[in-house]
Amino acid sequence: MLLINNGYVYDPLNKIDGEKVDIAIKDGKIVEESQINPLEAKVIDATNMIVMPGGIDVHTHISGYAINAGRRFRPEDGRRWLEPHTSIRRSGAGYSVPSTFVTGYRYAIMGYTMLCEPAMPPLLARHTHEELNDTPIVDTTAFTLLGNNWTVAQYIKRGEYERCAAFIAWMLRATKGYCIKMVNPGGVEAWAWRSNVKDLNDPVPYFDITPAELIRGLATVNEMLKLPHSIHVHTNQLGVPGNFEITIGSFDTIKDAKVSSIRGERKQSIHVTHAQFSAYGGDSWNNFESKADVIAKYVNNHPYVTIDMGQVIPGETTTMTADGPLEYNLHSLNNLKWINQGIELETGGGLVPFIYSRASPVNSVQWAIGLELALLIEDPFQVYLSTDHPNAGPFIRYPRIISWLMSKQSRESQLQKLHKRTSKRSLIGTIDREYNLYEIATITRAGQAVALEMSDTKGHLGVNADADVAIYDLDPNNLTPQKIEKAFSHAAYTIKDGEIVVKDGEVVSITQGKRFWVNPQVDEDLERMMLREIRRTFALFYTVTMPNFPVQEMYVPSSNEIKIDATYIS
Amino acid sequence: MSKIITNVVCPYCGCLCDDLEVVIEGNKIVETECPCELGSGRFLDLDIATRIRESRIKVDEGFKEAKIDEAIERAAEILASARRPLIYGWSSTECDAIRVGIELAEEVGAIIDNTTSICHGPTILASQDVGISTCTLGEIKNRADLVIYWGCNPMQAHPRHLSRYTFFPRGFFREKGQDDRTLVVIDVRKTDTAKLAKHFLQVKPNYDYELISAFRLAIKGYQVPDSVGGISREKIEEIAKIMKESHFIVIFFGLGVTMSGAKNRNIDNVLSLTRDLHRFTKCVIMPMRGHYNVTGFNEVLTWETGFPYAVDFGRGHPKYNPGETSVIDVLLREEIDVALIIASDPIAHFPKEIAKSLMNVPIIVIDPYESLTTEVASIVIPSAVAGIEVDGTAYRMDHVPLRLRKILEPPEGILSDREILSRILENVKRLKGR
Repeated sequence: MLLINNGYVYDPLNKIDGEKVDIAIKDGKIVEESQINPLEAKVIDATNMIVMPGGIDVHTHISGYAINAGRRFRPEDGRRWLEPHTSIRRSGAGYSVPSTFVTGYRYAIMGYTMLCEPAMPPLLARHTHEELNDTPIVDTTAFTLLGNNWTVAQYIKRGEYERCAAFIAWMLRATKGYCIKMVNPGGVEAWAWRSNVKDLNDPVPYFDITPAELIRGLATVNEMLKLPHSIHVHTNQLGVPGNFEITIGSFDTIKDAKVSSIRGERKQSIHVTHAQFSAYGGDSWNNFESKADVIAKYVNNHPYVTIDMGQVIPGETTTMTADGPLEYNLHSLNNLKWINQGIELETGGGLVPFIYSRASPVNSVQWAIGLELALLIEDPFQVYLSTDHPNAGPFIRYPRIISWLMSKQSRESQLQKLHKRTSKRSLIGTIDREYNLYEIATITRAGQAVALEMSDTKGHLGVNADADVAIYDLDPNNLTPQKIEKAFSHAAYTIKDGEIVVKDGEVVSITQGKRFWVNPQVDEDLERMMLREIRRTFALFYTVTMPNFPVQEMYVPSSNEIKIDATYIS
Repeated sequence: MSKIITNVVCPYCGCLCDDLEVVIEGNKIVETECPCELGSGRFLDLDIATRIRESRIKVDEGFKEAKIDEAIERAAEILASARRPLIYGWSSTECDAIRVGIELAEEVGAIIDNTTSICHGPTILASQDVGISTCTLGEIKNRADLVIYWGCNPMQAHPRHLSRYTFFPRGFFREKGQDDRTLVVIDVRKTDTAKLAKHFLQVKPNYDYELISAFRLAIKGYQVPDSVGGISREKIEEIAKIMKESHFIVIFFGLGVTMSGAKNRNIDNVLSLTRDLHRFTKCVIMPMRGHYNVTGFNEVLTWETGFPYAVDFGRGHPKYNPGETSVIDVLLREEIDVALIIASDPIAHFPKEIAKSLMNVPIIVIDPYESLTTEVASIVIPSAVAGIEVDGTAYRMDHVPLRLRKILEPPEGILSDREILSRILENVKRLKGR
């Protein structure tokens, strides 16, 4: 039993905006205060501190083939931050590509308790889950890569949406995944032949389907299956000057889609991730400019769209994505070492180390774009804080982003250090908006919980919510950028499922989080028909047999399965 | 009553074929449906004479049989009091055992390393310099029209590699199988694999670096010397032309490239060749990993510590510096005072001086079978065979993880690697007052 007394609570889903509310915790859940015997409960005095639900990261590459390839080929990144083993903690290493144990610890230290690994190749799903099992404290989930899948492309091309839905349902179950992730739809398949798709209407080699058709098709299937999250899209031509039109086009592609989800909570039918990389104007790096205002305006007028920032942090990091051609282009730009990966019938990817330089006009404008998106989008429930860790910067810099969002002065001082062209090529210098703590709680917790439809238990502090709580030593009446960054970097307390896991910015106890995954069930006959076709695909084209493909139960030891009855799809 | 078990994953080589059929009668394997001798042997020879049945501890000049508890207790004592322990092997066991092993290494401040150090270590080092363009084996089956094997002989070492994954099978874009592909083999001798090749290039020993450089010149249109490593300019230019005209090239390479001549610089160069070829076409490359789970060890160690092999926990945090923290080097410097060897036979495979150095310290061996290393060990603890008597995860040479199956009960009293290690770890923690 725990009582958190006298803190300023920021809980947007319960409309609590900095009021002093006491939070009672029992058996890992938030309960009515009357349920607690104050004499027996441990009391945390949160006077002059702020209390928020545990943070949720909707897009962070923490587990699986890509991040591990990053660790493996960048020992120089590992050596940058070595952490010893203690009586409580396991050891680890890594700055932009930290090892799994320290990933869990560092997130918990920042008050985060729920992480979404956004790129799980189905064939390598077991690997993703193995790493998540070695990521302590935080709850986790993983998004299944389906945007370049041959079977999906063939079903959509033939207009067989029901079978496609049956296939997606089977895939989510087989990979223990949470949602449909699309990366450069069609373009990654094209990259297997060293090509790409140039826009939404450029057909994929051989499969003769366009990215627009893939996005529309999978969005349709997503809503047919009533999945808790929308399609989660990394747009075509990401990171390329002038791509904002493709981003707007991607939104437009599904503007008629009707949102239909299991709990009826989310409002979006598309989530465009790390939108900073998709908001570029100009037609070359020379006249590269921000189009964040255009994207933000669209988002403001269309409630069916959500995004996350993909905020650039000046400095060194590691880029990794299923977008193979993008990584080859980055390698061609900076000539640093390059990993390329191709995954049969499904996806691909790549990695390149990257330095976001303050002296570079392009990198400086990229820095501005992420912030512009967050500041120009009016409803914080439509934009979430992210760096697309580690692509635009490591997650440990989130507190710095919070200080930039909350303080114009903080942005100004950063802007001084950046290339002088930044102000001409973006609007960042003209924006006066400063986020308040209520809005920060929205873009780091509450918004994600709604977009993922987890707000029954996550992202708020109401009764019956999971007792995942972050307490920061920050007095809302006395805020400076330095204090903000310091407080959000080291939580005074992080509480996970009712247990104090972090105290004064140090891990004090280790717990194991839950794994969220979705299990939709379509009509049995439909599934049988689909499986007959898939069996042939496995026999002829995969190199693993079908029975050995699905991730076994033992890979999700603390399973939080979300069953969906979609038997109406037949 | 016989029982047929299908889709069994084979715990032998890096191919990790997952389509075996095994016939069981009682608790005995009587037959396997598998075209590969190495793989079938793994199953059919499970209970050969060299299977270890009892734990044993060295006393004076001989051995005494010991209860498993006693052997574990003694192993824990030795490890807990060691100043510079080495924990080595790993490539023929499953990932959960490896996870426990890493925790044990951390707990006793050991150096942990696997056979990577003496096989594809140079591949990892080179990929840390230039990166690597790779893919899963199905990409090759479905797309590759030019298959190159360099310094490796899969017909002997990975018998089903060509038939299941690369050259012979029909693929989505290669409907006619081998007729849609060109096979090139580069080696110092005419191997069984070379006999299948349309083009065999017999390179002089230790001239791989030069030949790779010649290809890099040729594909960029530069002048190539008349002969490089025994290969004529015409031949080099012919192959370079085939490369540039192919749609999907794969290069497989083995220890002939990693462990000869310039070692990691060979690999550096060949990885750069695949990168250069990307200016013209699609090209991928893959090391021919030997043991079935050598890749798995690299994966697990990387995600838990940040580094792929040769990790030293002596200072509490992981330290990775191959050449200093790798097994051969610590043994060469005679630094270690205890060695735990698991799922490998270093005495048989290390250079003589290094093997001698290893024999100077107490050795604890965990293994299902007798080996040269068990002959010189102080403590031998028999274990169950992962992938047959124990389940677990293994990573194929292309990093595809598969679930190994338990299809038989291990012999009575024989524990799995992960149980043995967990119990040693428990004892070590107790001895250290944790």
